[in-house]
Amino acid sequence: MDGAAPYVTADGRQIGGVLMDMRGITLRFGGVEAIKNISFDIREGEIRAIIGPNGAGKSSMLNVISGFYHPQDGEVWFRGEQRKPMKPYQVARLGIARTFQNIALFEGMSVLDNIMTGRLTHMKTGLLAQAIWKGRAEAEEVANREIVEKVIDFLEIQAIRKTPVGRLPYGLKKRVELARALAAEPKLLLLDEPMAGMNVEEKEDMSRFILDVNDEFGTTIALIEHDMGVVMDLSDRVVVMDYGRKIGDGTPDEVRNNQEVIDAYLGVAHD
Amino acid sequence: MHAPADGGPVTIPDLLARNVARHGAKPAYREKEFGIWQSWTWAQASEQIDALAMGLLTLGANVGDHVAVSGRNRPALYWAMVAAQRIGCIPVPLYAEAAAEEIAYALDHCGARFAVVGDQEQVDKIADVRDGLTQLDHVIYLDGRGLRKYDHAAMTSYADLQKAGRASGLLDQVNARSAARTYDDTCVMLYTSGTTGRPKGVVLSNRNVIETSKNSSEFDHLRADDEVLAYLPMAWVGDFIFSVGQAMWTGFCVNCPESADTMQLDLREIGPTYFFAPPRVFEQQLTNVMIRMEDAGRFKKWLFHRYMAVGRRVGALLLDGKQVSAGDRLNYMLAKLLVIGPLKNTLGLSRVRVGYTAGEAIGPEIFDFYRALGINLKQLYGQTEATVFITQQPDGEVRSDTVGVPSPGVELRIAENGEVFYRSPGVFVEYYKNPESTASTKDADGWVATGDAGFIEDGTGHLRIIDRAKDVGKMADGRLFAPKYVENKLKFYPNILEAVVFGANRDYCTAFINIDLTAVGNWAERNNIAYSSYQELSQHSRVLDMILGHVSEVNRSVAADPMLAGCQVHRFLVLHKELDADDGEMTRTRKVRRRIVEEKFHDLITALYGGAAEIYTETEVTYEDGRKGKITATLVICDALVAAEQHKVAAE
Repeated sequence: MDGAAPYVTADGRQIGGVLMDMRGITLRFGGVEAIKNISFDIREGEIRAIIGPNGAGKSSMLNVISGFYHPQDGEVWFRGEQRKPMKPYQVARLGIARTFQNIALFEGMSVLDNIMTGRLTHMKTGLLAQAIWKGRAEAEEVANREIVEKVIDFLEIQAIRKTPVGRLPYGLKKRVELARALAAEPKLLLLDEPMAGMNVEEKEDMSRFILDVNDEFGTTIALIEHDMGVVMDLSDRVVVMDYGRKIGDGTPDEVRNNQEVIDAYLGVAHD
Repeated sequence: MHAPADGGPVTIPDLLARNVARHGAKPAYREKEFGIWQSWTWAQASEQIDALAMGLLTLGANVGDHVAVSGRNRPALYWAMVAAQRIGCIPVPLYAEAAAEEIAYALDHCGARFAVVGDQEQVDKIADVRDGLTQLDHVIYLDGRGLRKYDHAAMTSYADLQKAGRASGLLDQVNARSAARTYDDTCVMLYTSGTTGRPKGVVLSNRNVIETSKNSSEFDHLRADDEVLAYLPMAWVGDFIFSVGQAMWTGFCVNCPESADTMQLDLREIGPTYFFAPPRVFEQQLTNVMIRMEDAGRFKKWLFHRYMAVGRRVGALLLDGKQVSAGDRLNYMLAKLLVIGPLKNTLGLSRVRVGYTAGEAIGPEIFDFYRALGINLKQLYGQTEATVFITQQPDGEVRSDTVGVPSPGVELRIAENGEVFYRSPGVFVEYYKNPESTASTKDADGWVATGDAGFIEDGTGHLRIIDRAKDVGKMADGRLFAPKYVENKLKFYPNILEAVVFGANRDYCTAFINIDLTAVGNWAERNNIAYSSYQELSQHSRVLDMILGHVSEVNRSVAADPMLAGCQVHRFLVLHKELDADDGEMTRTRKVRRRIVEEKFHDLITALYGGAAEIYTETEVTYEDGRKGKITATLVICDALVAAEQHKVAAE
């Protein structure tokens, strides 16, 4: 699939050139090959899903994209440059933010403070200046708070702004995690099972927010999800993995009709 | 005829101009947005209103056009109503949460040419029904989120329209139109929620609104430095009078919350001095306080109960200016310091000078609780057709079982069948395009039937309402049947959210009960009762036992009243779903639509009057987005304890 030419989707979104290109990625843990020679790309402005059965290597792949794991073989290209092995905070500075399969928030801190941590990579004043607080550090905090408040408004969580995260129900925690990722104003947003454990209503809300984020801010989104209905509805293109291999790649329709994907993962309806 | 006797302001825009001149630099509107209270002075608000009025002119708004307004309470939407009035249009606020077909009915009925709405949700609802609305020209939206890709041929953002208005230089035309308005022109049109049939468009004149606002503001000595929180539906007459009429008349500041969910937090931050809430809000607050006290430590609990007892004994007396001993005064001061003050602060009611509740009867315990805190909570009785006020309680004469004395300028009359009639400067002009209903409600002399049965108490002159006149009936043996009276007694228990009592032309009374999920859920948690859904909790045997206890207690108290002893509830069931406005079972102001409930659950009523111990039922439900689903349940039918009717023994 060359797919380099920008185009406009049926619902009017602009899909640009390749943002991230994974070329021949292989990841091993000792003798176990979690990812075997996989290549695919993520284009600017699209919603890209990674699906597959348990243990297929989806989360490992997301960790490679986020720079947490370094593949033994293969190249990761981001915005036209080959990425060298780097620390997660360096990846964050490149404009990649993520949420986690098991929520990773600061339970004792308020929602607002949690989301403010998403702005950390954008803070330029040093520790001393922030401790003294006057002048530039204050102005910077005000500017960052403004962005955070816009995110709070966007995700409709005004009512829990001051609530400690530990007191929130699961669905809201997931939303706060998304808020923190958004506060970083990422170019690429990685969502690891954003709907896991949610009821239908919460799933619908979350789907709406994912679409709105993509639509309003033009954020590119890569997500892992098990709910096939959600994946097929949301995504522009889907990568299917099984036992560390890529067994399918294409639009939801193409993937749905791919025999290998059906055998390995989707299954067939019983007669 | 065309102006008030003193030559004063004739329209809301006149009042606005007066306020700009009197206190132009004082805050008129505030709204919390992005975590900060944004405010607009009277002068700024006036400029915003003019800009929108000119914008509407550029769209070709004519005198007499209807302008629908829909969305949560926001300053910009209040301005839209005044902007419409500036150019001789008639604002029609609609319930923001109404379903698309309800909105379609109102838009079609009034033939609205313009709709000013809050956000995408409202735009979508109108888009759903727009094909049928030939008269609707243009939609103006406030929050553009999600609307970027919509077809903008007949849609503009509020800010863009204001920009176009400012560029047009049509201010002279706006002023000319404003000046031509008379005292008897229509000020606003409000759709009544209607417990029966289609909503009716109540037309209120400038005279209705301005005289009522003036009288009621003076009655409670409202001042320009008062603060209110505007959080009740804009389509409701009460909000129009409090947040527009009285605010314009006295020049006080209207504060809009950040979102519906943050109301309690915003209430605390603003600390209103003049506060209005339906009983439901007060009940909710009290339930929350009680639940949190249950979870508190022993010392805090002891402190709370000890000083609330002092408050109950002394607080209300002090409010009414009665004699209190020096010891009690000291005790109350301690109570204020340790419990009452902090509690009022948490509730956001520290500064309330005048508080009102209306719409439904309020439980005596709830009422007494707030009075004990030293909050001047009063009741009023009113309706849309009266521009709110019929009766209200003066300071110092507050009780939970009356609705007060006639408001200034209101005359009362009780018909032979007990129905209450009134006549006042606030009496509505007409129901829009509905002369039959107008004629059957308002007679030639201006007397209006309230539809409520009540009586005026000897000695005090206070009005007491028994029930809806058409709901008051007879039982099979001829005894009086007043469902609301019993339902209110049931609803005063925090565990019971809603109750519907049946019994007209029957041998005995039965009831549907809705449990309050917050209160019962918390109780279940403390008692280690596991449940997975509302339905399961509602049918849990220990929940049923608890409700049985409440019903039996109510029966005892009903039996004590010789007139109403026949209304004891013999059998009842706990419903598997909450009665909901989306399912048509309640009005948008959350009053039960008795007839629809009877129709929808007729199988359950049959079972209540049959001998069954349980009943299987299927119910259609409507989700918030309008889709329909079905829930099934097997409901247990309980027999309540019925108390002996003592009066018969005594009479013989």
